[in-house]
Amino acid sequence: MEINDKDTLTIVEHIKNFARRHSLFVLAYGTGCGAIEIPPTMTSRYDAERFGIVGRATPRQADVLLITGYLSVKTLKRVIRTYEQMQDPKYVIGFGSCTINGGMYWDSYNTIKVLDQYMPVDVYINGCMPRPESVISGFIKLQQLIKAGKADGWKKYQENLDWYRANQKKVIKNWNMPDYNW
Amino acid sequence: METLKTISGYFATIGVAFTVGFLFMGFRRILTARVQNRVGPPIYQNLLDIIKLWSKESAINHGLMQHMGPAFSITASVTTLMFIPVLRDGNWFQNFSFEGDLIFLLYIMVFGQLGMALGAGQTGNPNSAIGVSRGLSQIVGYEIPFVLALTALMVYHETTSLHEIMAAQDSIGGWNIFVNPLAFVAGIIAFLGMTHYTPFDVPFAPAELASGPPSEFGGKYLGMMMTSGSIFAFAKLTLFVNLFLGGASNLLELLVKALALYLIPVIIGIVTPRFRTEQAILFFWKWPTIIGILSILWVVWMR
Repeated sequence: MEINDKDTLTIVEHIKNFARRHSLFVLAYGTGCGAIEIPPTMTSRYDAERFGIVGRATPRQADVLLITGYLSVKTLKRVIRTYEQMQDPKYVIGFGSCTINGGMYWDSYNTIKVLDQYMPVDVYINGCMPRPESVISGFIKLQQLIKAGKADGWKKYQENLDWYRANQKKVIKNWNMPDYNW
Repeated sequence: METLKTISGYFATIGVAFTVGFLFMGFRRILTARVQNRVGPPIYQNLLDIIKLWSKESAINHGLMQHMGPAFSITASVTTLMFIPVLRDGNWFQNFSFEGDLIFLLYIMVFGQLGMALGAGQTGNPNSAIGVSRGLSQIVGYEIPFVLALTALMVYHETTSLHEIMAAQDSIGGWNIFVNPLAFVAGIIAFLGMTHYTPFDVPFAPAELASGPPSEFGGKYLGMMMTSGSIFAFAKLTLFVNLFLGGASNLLELLVKALALYLIPVIIGIVTPRFRTEQAILFFWKWPTIIGILSILWVVWMR
Protein backbone atom coordinates (compact mmCIF):
# COMPACT_ATOMS: atom_id res chain seq x y z
CA MET A 1 0.00 0.00 0.00
CA GLU A 2 1.36 3.39 -1.00
CA ILE A 3 1.76 5.95 1.74
CA ASN A 4 2.65 9.54 0.87
CA ASP A 5 5.16 11.74 2.66
CA LYS A 6 2.62 12.92 5.23
CA ASP A 7 2.31 9.30 6.34
CA THR A 8 -1.36 9.16 5.40
CA LEU A 9 -3.16 7.31 2.66
CA THR A 10 -4.05 9.15 -0.51
CA ILE A 11 -7.73 9.53 -1.35
CA VAL A 12 -7.43 7.03 -4.21
CA GLU A 13 -5.90 4.50 -1.86
CA HIS A 14 -8.75 5.09 0.57
CA ILE A 15 -11.31 4.34 -2.13
CA LYS A 16 -9.40 1.27 -3.32
CA ASN A 17 -9.02 0.01 0.23
CA PHE A 18 -12.71 0.54 0.97
CA ALA A 19 -13.69 -1.34 -2.19
CA ARG A 20 -11.23 -4.17 -1.50
CA ARG A 21 -12.46 -4.84 1.99
CA HIS A 22 -16.15 -4.58 1.16
CA SER A 23 -16.05 -6.76 -1.90
CA LEU A 24 -14.51 -10.16 -1.18
CA PHE A 25 -14.96 -12.80 -3.84
CA VAL A 26 -14.41 -16.14 -2.19
CA LEU A 27 -13.10 -19.31 -3.76
CA ALA A 28 -14.05 -21.98 -1.26
CA TYR A 29 -11.63 -24.85 -1.65
CA GLY A 30 -13.73 -27.50 0.04
CA THR A 31 -11.05 -29.97 1.06
CA GLY A 32 -12.12 -31.43 4.38
CA CYS A 33 -15.35 -31.56 6.32
CA GLY A 34 -15.34 -27.74 6.68
CA ALA A 35 -17.03 -27.28 3.32
CA ILE A 36 -20.33 -28.15 4.99
CA GLU A 37 -20.20 -24.86 6.93
CA ILE A 38 -19.99 -22.75 3.77
CA PRO A 39 -23.60 -23.17 2.50
CA PRO A 40 -25.20 -21.94 5.75
CA THR A 41 -22.74 -19.03 5.82
CA MET A 42 -23.72 -17.96 2.32
CA THR A 43 -27.47 -18.60 2.44
CA SER A 44 -30.46 -17.13 4.26
CA ARG A 45 -29.61 -17.86 7.86
CA TYR A 46 -26.25 -16.07 8.10
CA ASP A 47 -26.22 -14.18 4.77
CA ALA A 48 -22.56 -13.38 4.14
CA GLU A 49 -23.55 -11.34 1.06
CA ARG A 50 -24.46 -8.36 3.26
CA PHE A 51 -20.70 -7.91 3.84
CA GLY A 52 -20.01 -8.17 0.12
CA ILE A 53 -18.78 -11.76 0.47
CA VAL A 54 -19.79 -13.68 -2.64
CA GLY A 55 -18.73 -17.10 -3.85
CA ARG A 56 -16.90 -17.35 -7.14
CA ALA A 57 -16.30 -20.46 -9.16
CA THR A 58 -12.82 -19.82 -10.57
CA PRO A 59 -9.52 -18.71 -9.01
CA ARG A 60 -9.04 -15.98 -11.62
CA GLN A 61 -12.00 -14.03 -10.33
CA ALA A 62 -11.49 -14.69 -6.63
CA ASP A 63 -9.80 -12.59 -3.92
CA VAL A 64 -9.99 -14.92 -0.94
CA LEU A 65 -8.94 -18.55 -0.94
CA LEU A 66 -10.84 -20.29 1.80
CA ILE A 67 -9.18 -23.57 2.77
CA THR A 68 -11.74 -25.52 4.70
CA GLY A 69 -9.95 -28.25 6.57
CA TYR A 70 -7.07 -30.68 6.29
CA LEU A 71 -4.90 -30.79 3.19
CA SER A 72 -3.50 -34.06 2.03
CA VAL A 73 -0.24 -33.84 0.11
CA LYS A 74 -2.11 -34.57 -3.08
CA THR A 75 -4.57 -31.69 -2.62
CA LEU A 76 -1.81 -29.33 -1.44
CA LYS A 77 -0.41 -29.44 -4.95
CA ARG A 78 -3.76 -28.35 -6.42
CA VAL A 79 -4.21 -25.68 -3.77
CA ILE A 80 -0.81 -24.19 -4.56
CA ARG A 81 -1.66 -24.10 -8.24
CA THR A 82 -5.04 -22.52 -7.49
CA TYR A 83 -3.46 -19.93 -5.22
CA GLU A 84 -0.90 -18.94 -7.81
CA GLN A 85 -3.60 -18.45 -10.44
CA MET A 86 -5.39 -15.83 -8.34
CA GLN A 87 -4.79 -12.16 -9.10
CA ASP A 88 -3.05 -9.86 -6.62
CA PRO A 89 -3.99 -8.72 -4.02
CA LYS A 90 -5.19 -12.08 -2.75
CA TYR A 91 -5.83 -13.41 0.71
CA VAL A 92 -5.90 -16.85 2.30
CA ILE A 93 -8.14 -17.87 5.18
CA GLY A 94 -7.23 -21.07 7.01
CA PHE A 95 -10.37 -22.65 8.31
CA GLY A 96 -10.51 -25.10 11.20
CA SER A 97 -7.89 -26.63 13.46
CA CYS A 98 -6.45 -28.79 10.70
CA THR A 99 -4.89 -25.81 8.91
CA ILE A 100 -3.34 -24.52 12.15
CA ASN A 101 -1.62 -27.57 13.63
CA GLY A 102 -3.05 -30.60 11.89
CA GLY A 103 -5.98 -30.94 14.28
CA MET A 104 -7.17 -34.52 14.56
CA TYR A 105 -4.83 -35.43 11.70
CA TRP A 106 -1.75 -34.40 13.69
CA ASP A 107 -0.09 -37.82 13.30
CA SER A 108 -1.36 -38.63 9.81
CA TYR A 109 1.25 -39.76 7.30
CA ASN A 110 -0.14 -37.94 4.27
CA THR A 111 -1.57 -34.62 5.44
CA ILE A 112 0.32 -31.42 6.04
CA LYS A 113 0.18 -30.02 9.54
CA VAL A 114 0.93 -26.28 9.39
CA LEU A 115 -0.52 -24.57 6.34
CA ASP A 116 1.50 -21.40 6.92
CA GLN A 117 4.69 -23.14 5.83
CA TYR A 118 3.37 -23.74 2.32
CA MET A 119 1.39 -20.57 1.59
CA PRO A 120 0.91 -17.31 3.50
CA VAL A 121 -2.24 -17.39 5.62
CA ASP A 122 -3.77 -14.04 6.54
CA VAL A 123 -6.46 -15.16 8.96
CA TYR A 124 -6.98 -18.41 10.84
CA ILE A 125 -10.40 -19.42 12.08
CA ASN A 126 -10.07 -22.05 14.77
CA GLY A 127 -12.58 -24.65 15.81
CA CYS A 128 -13.49 -28.12 14.72
CA MET A 129 -15.71 -27.16 12.98
CA PRO A 130 -16.01 -23.37 13.22
CA ARG A 131 -19.66 -22.31 13.19
CA PRO A 132 -20.86 -19.85 10.54
CA GLU A 133 -20.71 -17.07 13.15
CA SER A 134 -16.98 -17.59 13.59
CA VAL A 135 -16.51 -17.84 9.82
CA ILE A 136 -18.13 -14.42 9.44
CA SER A 137 -16.07 -13.04 12.33
CA GLY A 138 -12.98 -14.34 10.54
CA PHE A 139 -13.99 -12.43 7.43
CA ILE A 140 -14.54 -9.29 9.54
CA LYS A 141 -11.02 -9.78 10.94
CA LEU A 142 -9.72 -10.00 7.37
CA GLN A 143 -11.56 -6.76 6.54
CA GLN A 144 -9.89 -5.07 9.53
CA LEU A 145 -6.49 -6.33 8.40
CA ILE A 146 -7.07 -5.04 4.88
CA LYS A 147 -8.14 -1.70 6.34
CA ALA A 148 -4.94 -1.50 8.36
CA GLY A 149 -2.89 -2.60 5.34
CA LYS A 150 -1.65 -5.69 7.15
CA ALA A 151 -3.18 -8.37 4.92
CA ASP A 152 -0.09 -8.62 2.76
CA GLY A 153 0.48 -12.36 2.61
CA TRP A 154 0.59 -12.21 -1.19
CA LYS A 155 3.60 -9.88 -0.99
CA LYS A 156 5.33 -12.21 1.47
CA TYR A 157 4.74 -15.08 -0.93
CA GLN A 158 6.38 -13.17 -3.78
CA GLU A 159 9.33 -12.08 -1.62
CA ASN A 160 9.95 -15.46 0.02
CA LEU A 161 9.01 -17.62 -2.94
CA ASP A 162 12.18 -19.72 -2.67
CA TRP A 163 11.48 -20.62 0.95
CA TYR A 164 7.87 -21.54 0.20
CA ARG A 165 8.90 -23.54 -2.89
CA ALA A 166 11.49 -25.47 -0.91
CA ASN A 167 8.90 -26.34 1.74
CA GLN A 168 6.38 -27.35 -0.90
CA LYS A 169 8.86 -29.54 -2.75
CA LYS A 170 9.89 -31.17 0.52
CA VAL A 171 6.46 -32.77 0.94
CA ILE A 172 5.34 -33.07 -2.68
CA LYS A 173 7.61 -35.75 -4.07
CA ASN A 174 6.34 -35.80 -7.65
CA TRP A 175 6.61 -32.12 -8.39
CA ASN A 176 5.69 -32.01 -12.07
CA MET A 177 3.60 -28.86 -12.36
CA PRO A 178 2.63 -27.85 -15.92
CA ASP A 179 3.76 -24.49 -17.26
CA TYR A 180 1.31 -21.69 -16.62
CA ASN A 181 1.69 -18.00 -16.16
CA TRP A 182 0.40 -16.40 -12.99
CA MET B 1 -21.49 26.25 -27.56
CA GLU B 2 -23.99 23.90 -29.13
CA THR B 3 -21.19 21.52 -30.10
CA LEU B 4 -19.79 21.55 -26.59
CA LYS B 5 -23.22 20.72 -25.22
CA THR B 6 -23.56 17.81 -27.65
CA ILE B 7 -20.14 16.42 -26.79
CA SER B 8 -20.76 16.71 -23.05
CA GLY B 9 -24.03 14.90 -23.73
CA TYR B 10 -22.10 11.87 -25.01
CA PHE B 11 -20.07 11.60 -21.82
CA ALA B 12 -23.10 12.32 -19.65
CA THR B 13 -24.93 9.49 -21.42
CA ILE B 14 -22.16 7.03 -20.61
CA GLY B 15 -22.04 8.22 -17.00
CA VAL B 16 -25.80 7.97 -16.56
CA ALA B 17 -25.84 4.54 -18.22
CA PHE B 18 -23.11 3.18 -15.95
CA THR B 19 -24.66 4.61 -12.78
CA VAL B 20 -28.16 3.43 -13.58
CA GLY B 21 -26.81 0.06 -14.70
CA PHE B 22 -24.97 -0.76 -11.49
CA LEU B 23 -27.76 0.62 -9.30
CA PHE B 24 -30.31 -1.56 -11.08
CA MET B 25 -28.09 -4.60 -10.66
CA GLY B 26 -27.64 -3.79 -6.98
CA PHE B 27 -31.40 -3.47 -6.73
CA ARG B 28 -31.72 -6.91 -8.28
CA ARG B 29 -29.33 -8.38 -5.71
CA ILE B 30 -31.30 -6.81 -2.84
CA LEU B 31 -34.62 -7.99 -4.28
CA THR B 32 -33.25 -11.53 -4.70
CA ALA B 33 -31.98 -11.42 -1.11
CA ARG B 34 -35.35 -10.30 0.25
CA VAL B 35 -37.14 -13.05 -1.62
CA GLN B 36 -34.72 -15.53 -0.02
CA ASN B 37 -35.34 -13.96 3.42
CA ARG B 38 -31.90 -12.35 3.57
CA VAL B 39 -30.75 -8.77 4.11
CA GLY B 40 -28.65 -8.55 0.98
CA PRO B 41 -25.75 -6.28 0.03
CA PRO B 42 -25.93 -2.48 -0.12
CA ILE B 43 -27.30 -1.11 -3.39
CA TYR B 44 -23.88 0.20 -4.46
CA GLN B 45 -22.24 -3.22 -4.06
CA ASN B 46 -21.67 -3.64 -7.81
CA LEU B 47 -19.75 -0.35 -7.90
CA LEU B 48 -17.49 -1.62 -5.11
CA ASP B 49 -16.94 -4.88 -7.01
CA ILE B 50 -16.02 -2.95 -10.15
CA ILE B 51 -13.64 -0.58 -8.30
CA LYS B 52 -12.00 -3.53 -6.59
CA LEU B 53 -11.52 -5.39 -9.85
CA TRP B 54 -10.08 -2.30 -11.55
CA SER B 55 -7.63 -1.83 -8.66
CA LYS B 56 -6.21 -5.34 -8.89
CA GLU B 57 -2.45 -5.18 -9.25
CA SER B 58 -1.88 -8.08 -11.60
CA ALA B 59 -3.74 -9.03 -14.75
CA ILE B 60 -2.63 -12.06 -16.69
CA ASN B 61 -3.78 -12.91 -20.17
CA HIS B 62 -3.14 -15.80 -22.50
CA GLY B 63 -2.68 -13.80 -25.67
CA LEU B 64 -3.82 -10.86 -27.72
CA MET B 65 -7.37 -12.03 -28.33
CA GLN B 66 -8.10 -12.48 -24.65
CA HIS B 67 -6.82 -8.97 -24.16
CA MET B 68 -9.16 -7.71 -26.88
CA GLY B 69 -12.29 -9.63 -25.83
CA PRO B 70 -13.35 -7.34 -22.95
CA ALA B 71 -12.37 -4.32 -25.05
CA PHE B 72 -14.70 -5.52 -27.83
CA SER B 73 -17.39 -6.01 -25.25
CA ILE B 74 -17.16 -2.49 -23.82
CA THR B 75 -16.82 -0.95 -27.29
CA ALA B 76 -20.00 -2.69 -28.42
CA SER B 77 -21.86 -1.58 -25.29
CA VAL B 78 -20.88 2.06 -25.69
CA THR B 79 -21.59 1.99 -29.43
CA THR B 80 -25.02 0.47 -28.83
CA LEU B 81 -25.73 3.13 -26.24
CA MET B 82 -24.57 5.91 -28.53
CA PHE B 83 -27.05 4.98 -31.26
CA ILE B 84 -30.08 4.87 -28.95
CA PRO B 85 -31.73 8.24 -28.31
CA VAL B 86 -32.02 8.42 -24.53
CA LEU B 87 -34.73 11.08 -24.39
CA ARG B 88 -37.63 11.66 -26.74
CA ASP B 89 -37.40 15.37 -27.47
CA GLY B 90 -34.83 18.11 -27.36
CA ASN B 91 -31.33 17.64 -28.73
CA TRP B 92 -29.68 16.83 -25.39
CA PHE B 93 -28.93 13.07 -25.07
CA GLN B 94 -29.83 12.32 -28.67
CA ASN B 95 -26.27 11.19 -29.47
CA PHE B 96 -25.77 9.56 -32.88
CA SER B 97 -29.29 8.32 -33.62
CA PHE B 98 -30.12 8.52 -37.31
CA GLU B 99 -32.70 7.29 -39.80
CA GLY B 100 -32.51 3.51 -39.87
CA ASP B 101 -30.80 3.13 -36.51
CA LEU B 102 -33.02 0.19 -35.63
CA ILE B 103 -31.43 -1.92 -38.39
CA PHE B 104 -27.97 -0.85 -37.25
CA LEU B 105 -28.77 -1.75 -33.64
CA LEU B 106 -29.84 -5.25 -34.66
CA TYR B 107 -26.31 -5.79 -35.93
CA ILE B 108 -24.27 -3.99 -33.29
CA MET B 109 -26.04 -5.56 -30.30
CA VAL B 110 -24.48 -8.99 -30.90
CA PHE B 111 -21.02 -7.59 -31.65
CA GLY B 112 -19.96 -7.51 -28.00
CA GLN B 113 -20.88 -11.13 -27.43
CA LEU B 114 -19.02 -12.19 -30.56
CA GLY B 115 -15.92 -10.35 -29.36
CA MET B 116 -16.30 -11.99 -25.96
CA ALA B 117 -16.58 -15.36 -27.67
CA LEU B 118 -13.30 -14.79 -29.53
CA GLY B 119 -11.61 -13.65 -26.32
CA ALA B 120 -12.90 -16.56 -24.29
CA GLY B 121 -11.92 -18.97 -27.04
CA GLN B 122 -8.26 -18.11 -26.71
CA THR B 123 -8.08 -18.85 -22.99
CA GLY B 124 -8.15 -22.57 -23.76
CA ASN B 125 -10.40 -23.24 -20.79
CA PRO B 126 -12.93 -25.97 -21.67
CA ASN B 127 -15.59 -24.29 -19.53
CA SER B 128 -15.19 -21.13 -21.59
CA ALA B 129 -15.58 -23.02 -24.85
CA ILE B 130 -18.74 -24.76 -23.65
CA GLY B 131 -20.12 -21.47 -22.35
CA VAL B 132 -19.41 -19.73 -25.64
CA SER B 133 -21.11 -22.43 -27.69
CA ARG B 134 -24.13 -22.28 -25.41
CA GLY B 135 -24.23 -18.49 -25.47
CA LEU B 136 -24.04 -18.27 -29.25
CA SER B 137 -26.74 -20.95 -29.60
CA GLN B 138 -28.93 -18.93 -27.28
CA ILE B 139 -28.38 -15.81 -29.42
CA VAL B 140 -29.65 -17.79 -32.42
CA GLY B 141 -32.70 -18.61 -30.31
CA TYR B 142 -33.72 -15.18 -29.06
CA GLU B 143 -32.75 -13.13 -32.10
CA ILE B 144 -35.67 -14.56 -34.09
CA PRO B 145 -38.51 -13.36 -31.84
CA PHE B 146 -36.62 -10.10 -31.31
CA VAL B 147 -36.35 -9.44 -35.03
CA LEU B 148 -40.01 -10.44 -35.54
CA ALA B 149 -41.13 -8.00 -32.84
CA LEU B 150 -39.03 -5.20 -34.32
CA THR B 151 -40.32 -5.99 -37.82
CA ALA B 152 -43.90 -5.70 -36.58
CA LEU B 153 -43.13 -2.26 -35.19
CA MET B 154 -41.26 -1.18 -38.32
CA VAL B 155 -44.14 -2.28 -40.56
CA TYR B 156 -46.71 -0.63 -38.33
CA HIS B 157 -44.92 2.71 -38.18
CA GLU B 158 -43.45 2.47 -41.70
CA THR B 159 -40.08 3.61 -40.46
CA THR B 160 -36.79 2.23 -39.18
CA SER B 161 -36.03 5.30 -37.10
CA LEU B 162 -36.33 5.01 -33.35
CA HIS B 163 -37.11 8.70 -33.23
CA GLU B 164 -40.16 8.44 -35.45
CA ILE B 165 -41.38 5.35 -33.59
CA MET B 166 -41.14 7.35 -30.36
CA ALA B 167 -42.83 10.38 -31.90
CA ALA B 168 -45.72 8.21 -33.09
CA GLN B 169 -46.46 7.06 -29.52
CA ASP B 170 -47.57 10.48 -28.32
CA SER B 171 -50.16 9.43 -25.73
CA ILE B 172 -50.40 6.51 -23.30
CA GLY B 173 -53.04 4.89 -25.51
CA GLY B 174 -50.60 5.10 -28.41
CA TRP B 175 -47.80 3.18 -26.71
CA ASN B 176 -46.82 0.10 -28.66
CA ILE B 177 -47.35 -2.07 -25.59
CA PHE B 178 -51.10 -1.34 -25.98
CA VAL B 179 -51.24 -0.88 -29.75
CA ASN B 180 -49.37 -4.08 -30.52
CA PRO B 181 -49.26 -6.23 -27.35
CA LEU B 182 -48.24 -9.36 -29.26
CA ALA B 183 -45.05 -7.69 -30.45
CA PHE B 184 -44.38 -6.62 -26.86
CA VAL B 185 -44.74 -10.17 -25.58
CA ALA B 186 -42.40 -11.53 -28.25
CA GLY B 187 -39.94 -8.71 -27.61
CA ILE B 188 -39.94 -9.10 -23.85
CA ILE B 189 -39.37 -12.85 -24.05
CA ALA B 190 -36.39 -12.17 -26.31
CA PHE B 191 -35.30 -9.61 -23.71
CA LEU B 192 -35.33 -12.34 -21.04
CA GLY B 193 -32.83 -14.22 -23.17
CA MET B 194 -30.68 -11.11 -23.66
CA THR B 195 -30.37 -10.39 -19.94
CA HIS B 196 -29.00 -13.91 -19.29
CA TYR B 197 -30.91 -14.17 -16.02
CA THR B 198 -32.59 -17.43 -15.10
CA PRO B 199 -34.24 -19.32 -16.78
CA PHE B 200 -31.88 -18.43 -19.64
CA ASP B 201 -28.55 -18.30 -17.79
CA VAL B 202 -27.15 -21.57 -19.05
CA PRO B 203 -24.10 -19.93 -20.76
CA PHE B 204 -22.91 -18.54 -17.41
CA ALA B 205 -24.12 -21.27 -15.04
CA PRO B 206 -21.61 -20.93 -12.17
CA ALA B 207 -22.33 -24.26 -10.51
CA GLU B 208 -21.95 -26.13 -13.75
CA LEU B 209 -19.47 -24.28 -15.95
CA ALA B 210 -17.46 -22.21 -13.43
CA SER B 211 -19.17 -19.04 -14.77
CA GLY B 212 -18.67 -20.01 -18.43
CA PRO B 213 -17.00 -17.62 -20.91
CA PRO B 214 -15.43 -15.28 -18.30
CA SER B 215 -14.03 -18.16 -16.24
CA GLU B 216 -10.44 -17.35 -17.21
CA PHE B 217 -10.86 -13.56 -16.94
CA GLY B 218 -9.79 -11.98 -13.69
CA GLY B 219 -8.87 -8.60 -12.29
CA LYS B 220 -9.14 -5.71 -14.70
CA TYR B 221 -10.55 -7.86 -17.51
CA LEU B 222 -13.48 -8.92 -15.37
CA GLY B 223 -13.87 -5.33 -14.20
CA MET B 224 -14.08 -4.17 -17.80
CA MET B 225 -16.69 -6.82 -18.54
CA MET B 226 -18.78 -5.83 -15.53
CA THR B 227 -18.57 -2.15 -16.55
CA SER B 228 -19.65 -3.13 -20.03
CA GLY B 229 -22.51 -5.18 -18.60
CA SER B 230 -23.82 -2.22 -16.60
CA ILE B 231 -23.75 0.07 -19.64
CA PHE B 232 -25.32 -2.55 -21.90
CA ALA B 233 -28.13 -3.24 -19.42
CA PHE B 234 -29.09 0.43 -19.52
CA ALA B 235 -28.82 0.53 -23.32
CA LYS B 236 -31.16 -2.46 -23.73
CA LEU B 237 -33.68 -1.07 -21.25
CA THR B 238 -33.65 2.32 -22.97
CA LEU B 239 -34.19 0.65 -26.34
CA PHE B 240 -37.21 -1.24 -25.03
CA VAL B 241 -38.62 1.87 -23.32
CA ASN B 242 -38.26 3.73 -26.61
CA LEU B 243 -39.84 0.96 -28.60
CA PHE B 244 -42.77 -0.04 -26.43
CA LEU B 245 -43.32 2.54 -23.69
CA GLY B 246 -43.20 5.68 -25.82
CA GLY B 247 -39.75 6.85 -24.77
CA ALA B 248 -39.26 9.39 -22.00
CA SER B 249 -39.10 13.16 -21.98
CA ASN B 250 -36.89 13.43 -18.89
CA LEU B 251 -34.47 11.18 -17.02
CA LEU B 252 -36.80 10.51 -14.10
CA GLU B 253 -39.52 9.24 -16.39
CA LEU B 254 -36.94 7.08 -18.15
CA LEU B 255 -35.79 5.59 -14.82
CA VAL B 256 -39.33 4.72 -13.74
CA LYS B 257 -40.18 3.11 -17.08
CA ALA B 258 -36.85 1.27 -17.29
CA LEU B 259 -37.22 -0.04 -13.74
CA ALA B 260 -40.73 -1.27 -14.52
CA LEU B 261 -39.36 -3.14 -17.54
CA TYR B 262 -36.34 -4.42 -15.61
CA LEU B 263 -38.58 -5.94 -12.95
CA ILE B 264 -40.00 -8.39 -15.51
CA PRO B 265 -36.77 -10.41 -16.11
CA VAL B 266 -35.71 -9.99 -12.47
CA ILE B 267 -38.93 -11.35 -10.99
CA ILE B 268 -39.16 -14.15 -13.54
CA GLY B 269 -35.52 -14.91 -12.83
CA ILE B 270 -36.01 -15.18 -9.07
CA VAL B 271 -38.75 -17.77 -9.25
CA THR B 272 -37.60 -19.99 -12.10
CA PRO B 273 -34.96 -22.69 -12.42
CA ARG B 274 -32.61 -22.96 -15.39
CA PHE B 275 -33.44 -24.16 -18.90
CA ARG B 276 -31.01 -26.46 -20.64
CA THR B 277 -29.61 -25.11 -23.91
CA GLU B 278 -31.83 -27.10 -26.24
CA GLN B 279 -34.89 -26.41 -24.10
CA ALA B 280 -34.15 -22.68 -24.23
CA ILE B 281 -33.70 -22.68 -28.01
CA LEU B 282 -36.82 -24.79 -28.57
CA PHE B 283 -38.74 -22.43 -26.30
CA PHE B 284 -37.53 -19.37 -28.22
CA TRP B 285 -38.29 -20.95 -31.57
CA LYS B 286 -41.75 -22.05 -30.49
CA TRP B 287 -43.83 -19.65 -28.39
CA PRO B 288 -42.29 -16.20 -28.88
CA THR B 289 -41.74 -16.91 -32.56
CA ILE B 290 -45.39 -17.87 -33.04
CA ILE B 291 -46.44 -14.76 -31.11
CA GLY B 292 -44.06 -12.65 -33.20
CA ILE B 293 -45.49 -13.98 -36.47
CA LEU B 294 -49.01 -13.35 -35.15
CA SER B 295 -48.02 -9.79 -34.30
CA ILE B 296 -46.84 -9.20 -37.87
CA LEU B 297 -50.10 -10.69 -39.22
CA TRP B 298 -52.02 -8.46 -36.81
CA VAL B 299 -50.14 -5.41 -38.03
CA VAL B 300 -50.76 -6.28 -41.68
CA TRP B 301 -54.44 -6.92 -40.96
CA MET B 302 -54.77 -3.71 -38.97
CA ARG B 303 -53.42 -1.54 -41.72
